[in-house]
Amino acid sequence: MSLPEPFRLLAFLVGLMGFVALNAAYLVWVERKTAGRIQRRPGPTEVGWAGLLQPVADGLKLLSKQFIVPPGADALLFRLAPLLVIAPGLMGLALMPFGESLLALDVNLGLLMVFAFGSINVLALMVGGWASRNKYAIISAARVVSQDIAYEIPMLLAALTLMMVAGTLNLSEIVALQEGPFWRWNLFRLDLNPLMPLTFLIFYTCMLAETNRAPFDMAEAESELVAGAFTEYAGMGFGVFFMAEYANIVLGCSLMTVLFLGGWQSPFGAYSGVWWFLLKLYFLVFSVIWVRWTFPRTQFYNLLNLSWEILIPFSLFTLILTAAMMKVM
Amino acid sequence: MSTAPFSRNGTPPETFVLNLGPQHPATHGVLRVKLTMDGEYVMRAEPVCGYVHRMHEKMGENRTWAQFLPNTSRIDYLSAMNYTHAFVGAVERGAGIAVPPRAEYLRVITSELNRISSHLVWFGAFLLDLGGFTPLLYAFDDREQILDLLEGVCGARLTYCYYRFGGLCNDVDDNFIEGTRAFVRRMQPRFKLYHQLVTENIILRKRLEGVGPITAEQCRKYGASGPVCRGSGIPYDLRRAEPYSIYPELDFDIPVFSEGDCLARYLVRMEEMRQSLRLIEQALNRLPDGPVVAEKVPRTIKMAPGDYCFAVEAARGRFAVRVVSDGTDTPYRVKLRTPSFSNLSLFEETSAGMMLPDALALMGSLDLVIPDIDR
Repeated sequence: MSLPEPFRLLAFLVGLMGFVALNAAYLVWVERKTAGRIQRRPGPTEVGWAGLLQPVADGLKLLSKQFIVPPGADALLFRLAPLLVIAPGLMGLALMPFGESLLALDVNLGLLMVFAFGSINVLALMVGGWASRNKYAIISAARVVSQDIAYEIPMLLAALTLMMVAGTLNLSEIVALQEGPFWRWNLFRLDLNPLMPLTFLIFYTCMLAETNRAPFDMAEAESELVAGAFTEYAGMGFGVFFMAEYANIVLGCSLMTVLFLGGWQSPFGAYSGVWWFLLKLYFLVFSVIWVRWTFPRTQFYNLLNLSWEILIPFSLFTLILTAAMMKVM
Repeated sequence: MSTAPFSRNGTPPETFVLNLGPQHPATHGVLRVKLTMDGEYVMRAEPVCGYVHRMHEKMGENRTWAQFLPNTSRIDYLSAMNYTHAFVGAVERGAGIAVPPRAEYLRVITSELNRISSHLVWFGAFLLDLGGFTPLLYAFDDREQILDLLEGVCGARLTYCYYRFGGLCNDVDDNFIEGTRAFVRRMQPRFKLYHQLVTENIILRKRLEGVGPITAEQCRKYGASGPVCRGSGIPYDLRRAEPYSIYPELDFDIPVFSEGDCLARYLVRMEEMRQSLRLIEQALNRLPDGPVVAEKVPRTIKMAPGDYCFAVEAARGRFAVRVVSDGTDTPYRVKLRTPSFSNLSLFEETSAGMMLPDALALMGSLDLVIPDIDR
């Protein structure tokens, strides 16, 4: 690119915002269509061809509604939470190498930065829940904090394993190291760590929990907490939370694509490019949607037990195993 | 207030009151539960009912016997057949009307179809409470078949008024018989599918196993009946305990599980649907020819003064109608004994000390229908 740096960044940020908004709108459509097919019904069909304009109609509806700050709520924090919740998704995606030259910011500590920004999400939901002065929202906020902290640990341990394998925190370098056919992807590098698929699974589970998706949607738990932290949000306040949910899914799935599935690398070692990245990304996103409509919700203490008793020990084990194998070989 | 098992070193726990309902996704209607919570633990759950009280009992005193009949199908709108059966049975008992055998067989067939449709709604709604949305639509797909069948015989899809004093309002046609047979054939593999998809799901089992135990003692104390008491090891089913209609002639099992947890109640209902299919199949095979309504049913029912009672096994448990006649053409008193009310009474005692999601799973496993509580 020949644009001067500030303009290039600006262009990227605008592009990413569009990307996030488009994704949020059309992933909702994909989700509703998928849910429909899974439940043997057609899903949205009325607005536009195959319901393709449904997200536009939904967006207009949300935009036209009043943003109500409930009496007794902390108005500043209540307004701040939707802004906070969308920020980490955007920042994380800015660090994501979509293609060899298609990334906004090439940072040496990219992986670390994604995690650092990612944890703002917890804060945002907590602030939103707390500021609402709603009992359901506060219960939900408490749940979010304990859940996300519990799942960030095995997620970081899994990422640490990857970091040791790759020897770098730079996301585009991590992808570059996986060049070649698909057995060069980290997921299949059994020579570096025979438990790599397990690490992948741990990371995937944690990603589901971090993005508050079913079966770990404790924060939203509709049949228990009405709408959890978003109970008091109306109009676009809720809409932004909704967008952030999808932005976080896209972020989590693109992180998995970069770390495990070789990013923009093609599976046969030729024709690499951004399309492979998007293909892998949307395959993962689809699996997230699929899981949501197939499983019931877990119980809260089972969820924490799963993290502390199974995921953390296993991810520690794979970490130590990788370290040992690197030392020996 | 019951003492919570988790109060720390004798200090009184800090509690807050959470109003669950009258509008809440988990209460499936306008039930309000006043929860005293310590964090996410329920210390006391106080059901507040009466939001949809419609004075059915009082209405009974102001209407003729026949005029009150449609009311009974609106008490528990999910098992209307069973409910009308109880009222019709009580009046027939009082007026000494004999029901022809074909009508009795058709009553059993339609009642059991209604039981399956009611349990299917419960199955979907319960899974919805547990956060699984998809089973609801599968269950409704099956239920739709039943609704179509019953719509064919009596015109209504939900609040049936098919039973009349002395029989039925009209005979069934071949479409119904064939359709019911096809439905029975369709449902056998469906239950296998449900067990594979839902019952064997590890998340579901972890959610239900050992959660919300109800002892047989508690069931007796509060008069719980139906799948709730059968899930606690009490083999009490009115179709056996106080046989009515042609149930004694038919062969069926009463599923009983002794664990008393949510999973036991879940399994009782799943097995009951299969037993209902067996009942329907047998009744269809033996369906006799003949009239569907007794010959001499007076246009205006007049009963000898007295006290008559008739109880049926509805989808949620024991539904009993007690009518007191003073010899006029309107009842002197109608007393409705509804199962959901007794089953809800359990909730306060059994939910103390549970976490909120578990308490809601327990509430879902009781299969409450709010108009049935409030009458």
